[in-house]
Amino acid sequence: MVLSFLNCTSSQTRHRPLTHSSLSSIHSTGRPLISSAACILQPEDKEQKGGGDIAVRTVFFFLPLPTMASAQAMPISVWEKLTEAPEDAILGVTVAYNKDPNPVKLNLGVGAYRTDEGKPLVLEVVRQAEARLVADRSRYKEYLPIVGLAAFNKLSKELAFGADHPAVVANRITTVQGLSGTGSLRVGAEFMGQHYHTPIIYVPVPTWGNHNKIFPKAGLKVQSYRYYDPATRGLNFTGMMEDLKAAPDGAIILLHVCAHNPTGVDPLPEQWDAIRQLIRAKGQFPFFDSAYQGFASGDLDADAYALRSFAADGGELALAQSYAKNMGLYGERVGALSMVCATAAAAKLVEGQLKLVIRPMYSSPPLHGAAIVATVLSEEKLLHDWKAELKGMADRIIEMRHKLYDALLQRGTPGDWTHILKQIGMFTFTGLTKPQVDFMREKYHVYMTGDGRISMAGLSTATVPHLVNAIDDAVRNIA
Amino acid sequence: MMMQEAGRHVARAILHGSGRTGARVAPSWSGLMSGSARCISGSSVLSTWWGHVGPAPKDPILGVTESYLADPSDGKVNVGVGAYRDDNGQPVVLECVRMAEQRIAGIEYMEYLPMAGMKRFNGLAIKLAYGDDSPVIKERRVAAVQALSGTGACRLMADLQHRFRPESQVFFPVPTWSNHLNIWRDANVMVKSFRYYNPKTKGLDFEGMMEDVKNAPNGSFFVLHACAHNPTGVDPSTEEWKEVSSLFKEKNHFVVFDMAYQGFASGDTSKDRQAIRIFLEDGHQVACAQSFAKNMGLYGQRIGCLSIVCHSEMEAANVQSQVQQIARPMYSNPPLHGAHLVATILSDPGLKELWLKEVKMMADRIKLMRSLLREHLEGIGSQINWEHITKQIGMFCFSGLTPAQVDELTKNYHIYMTRNGRISMAGVTTKNVEYLAHAIHTVTKAQK
Repeated sequence: MVLSFLNCTSSQTRHRPLTHSSLSSIHSTGRPLISSAACILQPEDKEQKGGGDIAVRTVFFFLPLPTMASAQAMPISVWEKLTEAPEDAILGVTVAYNKDPNPVKLNLGVGAYRTDEGKPLVLEVVRQAEARLVADRSRYKEYLPIVGLAAFNKLSKELAFGADHPAVVANRITTVQGLSGTGSLRVGAEFMGQHYHTPIIYVPVPTWGNHNKIFPKAGLKVQSYRYYDPATRGLNFTGMMEDLKAAPDGAIILLHVCAHNPTGVDPLPEQWDAIRQLIRAKGQFPFFDSAYQGFASGDLDADAYALRSFAADGGELALAQSYAKNMGLYGERVGALSMVCATAAAAKLVEGQLKLVIRPMYSSPPLHGAAIVATVLSEEKLLHDWKAELKGMADRIIEMRHKLYDALLQRGTPGDWTHILKQIGMFTFTGLTKPQVDFMREKYHVYMTGDGRISMAGLSTATVPHLVNAIDDAVRNIA
Repeated sequence: MMMQEAGRHVARAILHGSGRTGARVAPSWSGLMSGSARCISGSSVLSTWWGHVGPAPKDPILGVTESYLADPSDGKVNVGVGAYRDDNGQPVVLECVRMAEQRIAGIEYMEYLPMAGMKRFNGLAIKLAYGDDSPVIKERRVAAVQALSGTGACRLMADLQHRFRPESQVFFPVPTWSNHLNIWRDANVMVKSFRYYNPKTKGLDFEGMMEDVKNAPNGSFFVLHACAHNPTGVDPSTEEWKEVSSLFKEKNHFVVFDMAYQGFASGDTSKDRQAIRIFLEDGHQVACAQSFAKNMGLYGQRIGCLSIVCHSEMEAANVQSQVQQIARPMYSNPPLHGAHLVATILSDPGLKELWLKEVKMMADRIKLMRSLLREHLEGIGSQINWEHITKQIGMFCFSGLTPAQVDELTKNYHIYMTRNGRISMAGVTTKNVEYLAHAIHTVTKAQK
């Protein structure tokens, strides 16, 4: 029996000892006779890039030997060998924030929009749609079809691609409702894993942490291409093109439609054109992730440029679309997966196979959020009002960028902070190091993901000064 | 031809720029083939990566409703999918649900739930499943995760099983809900079966079941329907459940109770969870995949719960954390609305009372339809023994009709049901029961 201590520290300030399980030797009658303590070395979680590395030492547990009576009462558990799973790198930030008892704290972790008063926001158009749905007693709560609400699917397709896009007109796109961005990515990935000839997906470095969890589940091998340039805090375009060129023909390429998460760094239109030509030349398959349409520039159409140009060149692609942020429907899990195919016939075949992925996962998607979206998108006035509210959110974020930048400048905080203004969308990739991030959390109770990503949507006029204090202190005193 | 139109359209777009942005792409696509069958050009045939993808088979259950909807004839009858209908054949939204909905509309935020879902909902769901005063709940030994209705709960369970007990197999009754097999297969767990339904008696093959349970390797996983077995409607008696529980203890088997019909079987939610109660009293650590689709009529909301009774509070926390890890790359966190509705109803004594009344009403109407169908069949002189119609429990009647007879019912009478002869009694009404009886009698006259 190895004796050692099992402890767990992580950047999410969890100081609970990792549990371990008792090893029981199972007698032939199936009853546990001996319970002995054991220790399990919890390997560092390789998936947690900068979010919550768990440094492990081991602790030792003694369990009393059970008597025959107690052994009879407590059967062996099939879960005895389970250890506690680490917190999710991103969602875990909010968990840690919520646990923090300090009166002054700031959550810049998960990308959920906040008003300038620091409150969550339900859009006016959503409230109106909701009220309408509730008042309509003719509405049922029957199962949706496996592919979801038809009206929602049609409207989502049109929102992403444009109603008169050639691919839409030609009926070459199959769109199925999904469980927000995550669910749409997973269903698309599962489909690709089962049916696509080259089950390798290239993701930008860095990318949203959950991408690296989703794709392996679907049997896709994850490789990467250079994307973010820490030196310029902008796009490493040359590196990206080189890596895409070196990647095998036919590989799947993950692309963020706009407002790249976590860096906020997007290619310029000319760069997108070159990327597209290269991808098409190599017969690679683009898989787009669209979680921020409307949030990047404030204009839904402009934000979809890259997607639409790919979909217009006759080639095929996949798109995972989310309404979590741009309609504030986070918890309702509303999204869509679109497969743009070369022919309408192929699109039909693909739809049938997507259903086979969905049915054993959750049978059919949830109704409520899709009904809200369909209501908003299908009505002139609501659609118009939504666009205004969306622009309002995007504008507030841009305002926060300016306020933060100005404040840092005024403070004379060392470093070049122009990237705060240049980066696009909800997040700023600050360039802060992990030790600096940890320091800011411990001393200033400022929470962000370990990669230095801050959610600008979580910042307000009132909290900018506190953040500036924290950044300034960290940059001056911590490496 | 549409493809050529599209091709010309694309050519125009490429050559003359995509409008606003004036992006120009030189159409140098010829010679791009590099081993692929793709042809990205402005001309005719566009080929695809998906040409080898075959047409997917229709889902045996959901496909029935699709066919029904496509049928233009009057007087068509849908006794396919298990969604409740009132005596006018109309879907029903329960009053308690309407009230809960009004209460919460306009006042809640729509923030992300935690990965394990709404804590309040989970707490109430497990109380319903295990009993308000259940010791396992008091001892905080139950890991509970909000799931996407019953399917989602089963899938989380299957993935958990695969992850932590990869060597294990899962046993299903024959027959079982067809989607069970898809779920565990997609989770890469080996699927086995045990005898359950006896076609001769149209009841339970108790001896066969016990034998198969005994012969299964110790520590196997079993999925048992807590009540109102789908598709047969055949449930073990209290005594039989007790024997099953005993044998399971001997074999150290793990049970996942699929409970999709609590309240629908007998009309009494407490009675309907007796199997779980018996197993818990025997000290089993069970799992339960719970759905509110039917008993609260929340089909489209996708609201359910996976709960797992554990050894200790600590183990429950571990298990819950691991289930969350499965949810994160699947959908991140579960949908909010349905959880709000259920939590509102279960936590408000008035609403809960109303709900229990409404569930009983639904169960009673179904029992009435069973009686009527049997009466009519016997009344018009069918020689077949239709006892099972009233003996079977819950939403479904396993009629004993063969696939050929089912096809005949559909073709000649526009009556839709799954080809295993499962009739959703919820689709039967006082208006169509006679028609149904006559049709069934006609197609079965030849046999027996």
